Amino acid sequence: MTQDPYASARETTEGTVYSVTGGDWDSVVTEIGATKEERVVVNMGPQHPSTHGVLRLILELEGETVTETRCGIGYLHTGIEKNTEFRNWTQGVTFVTRMDYLSPIFNETAYCLGVEKLLGITNDVTERATVIRVMMMEFNRISSHMVALGTGALELGALSPMIFAFREREKVLDIFEMISGLRMNMAYVRPGGLAQDLPKEALGKIRETIKDLRHNFKDNEKLLIGNSIWIKRTQGIGYLDLAGCTTLGITGPVLRATGLPWDLRKAQPYCGYENYQFDIPTTDTCDVYGRFLIRMQELEQSLRIIEQCVVKLEKLEGEPVMVADKKIAWPSQLSVGGDGMGNSLNHIREIMGESMEALIHHFKLVTEGFRVPVGQVYTAIESPRGELGVHLVSDGGTRPYRVHFRDPSFNNLQATAAMCEGGQISDVIAAVASLDPVMGGVDR
Amino acid sequence: MSEKGMFGVQGSGDTSGFGGLVNANINIGSTQRPFGGYFDQVADDLERAYPLFSDAIEKVVVDRGELTLFIKRDRLFDVAKILRDQLKFEMCMGVSGVHYPEESGRELHAVYSLLSITRNQKIRLEVCVSDKDSHLPSLVEVWAGLNWHERETFDMFGIIFDNHPGLTRILMPDDWPGHPQRKDYPLGGIDVEYKGAVVPPPSDRREYR
Repeated sequence: MTQDPYASARETTEGTVYSVTGGDWDSVVTEIGATKEERVVVNMGPQHPSTHGVLRLILELEGETVTETRCGIGYLHTGIEKNTEFRNWTQGVTFVTRMDYLSPIFNETAYCLGVEKLLGITNDVTERATVIRVMMMEFNRISSHMVALGTGALELGALSPMIFAFREREKVLDIFEMISGLRMNMAYVRPGGLAQDLPKEALGKIRETIKDLRHNFKDNEKLLIGNSIWIKRTQGIGYLDLAGCTTLGITGPVLRATGLPWDLRKAQPYCGYENYQFDIPTTDTCDVYGRFLIRMQELEQSLRIIEQCVVKLEKLEGEPVMVADKKIAWPSQLSVGGDGMGNSLNHIREIMGESMEALIHHFKLVTEGFRVPVGQVYTAIESPRGELGVHLVSDGGTRPYRVHFRDPSFNNLQATAAMCEGGQISDVIAAVASLDPVMGGVDR
Repeated sequence: MSEKGMFGVQGSGDTSGFGGLVNANINIGSTQRPFGGYFDQVADDLERAYPLFSDAIEKVVVDRGELTLFIKRDRLFDVAKILRDQLKFEMCMGVSGVHYPEESGRELHAVYSLLSITRNQKIRLEVCVSDKDSHLPSLVEVWAGLNWHERETFDMFGIIFDNHPGLTRILMPDDWPGHPQRKDYPLGGIDVEYKGAVVPPPSDRREYR
């Protein structure tokens, strides 16, 4: 046996184990071909580029057919749920936004809706704050779907869609940067409202971006919809029907690809989604192609909602974006400076130079936070990947007693075995990509 | 003079919101009928479908517009099956644990949130077990999607789901000692080692109270 620096082999009681880390596969393939054993167990990941982050797939193969699939997760477990129990309720936002890093605004909003429900101030949140939340969520849905489509296509060998998708995502991230000062993990939504109002130039820029996005989405549509290679790689692949989805608790585009128009924005509206005109795209193919089509169509629906938000925001100009209750509203007024978001200088002047009471109030609320009455809630919103549920328990103190995120990626990844077993190894990539798992959300 | 911690913090102030007081009771009691909304309908339907209803339910709590049914452990599996088959709660969105070390005999709570697409309704089941006998029937047979959720709850709280097809740790490493989400498990707790240098855990660097 020659020693290949990229593909070393060692004997174990279970058989020969090969470690393949890149480079030349020829020696491994030749050696495996020489053995009589047909059954091969392949560990794909946790650092494989096709697994969307640190997902480890354990595949049992007979030739090129996958007979068994299992997922190994936990490589990105960061203990966010535990950490939030040691910080106050507002600081929790900064933690949870880092869970599913492709949909930070959804994490923040779901969490804040939960805290507001515990506080009993759901109806006190101003309309302007709610409309901005909706707008940010829909922008976030676009940027998240763009990554799903772009990387999904990339993993199947189509490079151009990725370039286009990331170009569009960049435009959305620019909007986030203009509004919150940050491109990802913004901690922009706060219990009671938002960290700050929109900057003056925001609506104009958003209108321009909507136009650009709508025009540019066509590029990817032209590339992929009806493309015969794309269809061959995705149609009939990763099949999961309605019964499979319900028993596995699968929601989001995967569920809608079975023909069921289940979307929490319509079924159990929150944040005033009942006041917006939009459709729920569905397909009935139950396969990767159907899920891809749904994501494509949801982009347009998100743009429709954003347009309606812009109209509403024009009318709500000047309304506050935080609840009036000063015992809950974060006292620090933020502004975007050259180096990101920070305290506004006017606020610093007031607490340091003008009002002793304002300083005390600021200090109490920032170091200790507000008390949240005893109880538990479960709030759920429709994230780009399905039902994002937040289970919050309060013991009456200033810190969460328990924060649990029911992340759709975590749940949906369970479908890997149902979708992949019996298929070809190359189709595993397509099936996993169609689930759009984000490991930050899976492992938390 | 003794120095403690990395940054010389000698006990930060109490910011728990209780100002040194002990919060004795974090239960919110039970709710009597009428529950309001669709909750009465759910309770009626369950009572009709399950003759042992009154024996299976410990209490009903309606709080902040959400219905929680506290189920006895021995009846959990039956109730779950009836909720799925007859009341059409097709989906279980997951199970999450909560640790209440003060509640002796009922330290660990498992909280299930159920969704019915047919009825467009949501309810919650809660089951309490003691720390010493932390066994619950696995509901993977009823809702297959609970597989990973139960593994996570086992991993984080040490609740053992009997008859689970493969109850192993899912987020923490297989050989991890302890269950991190329990209240008696400290934040941090282990040294961070990187390239030979050892950094003490966050819990030793600063106290969080």
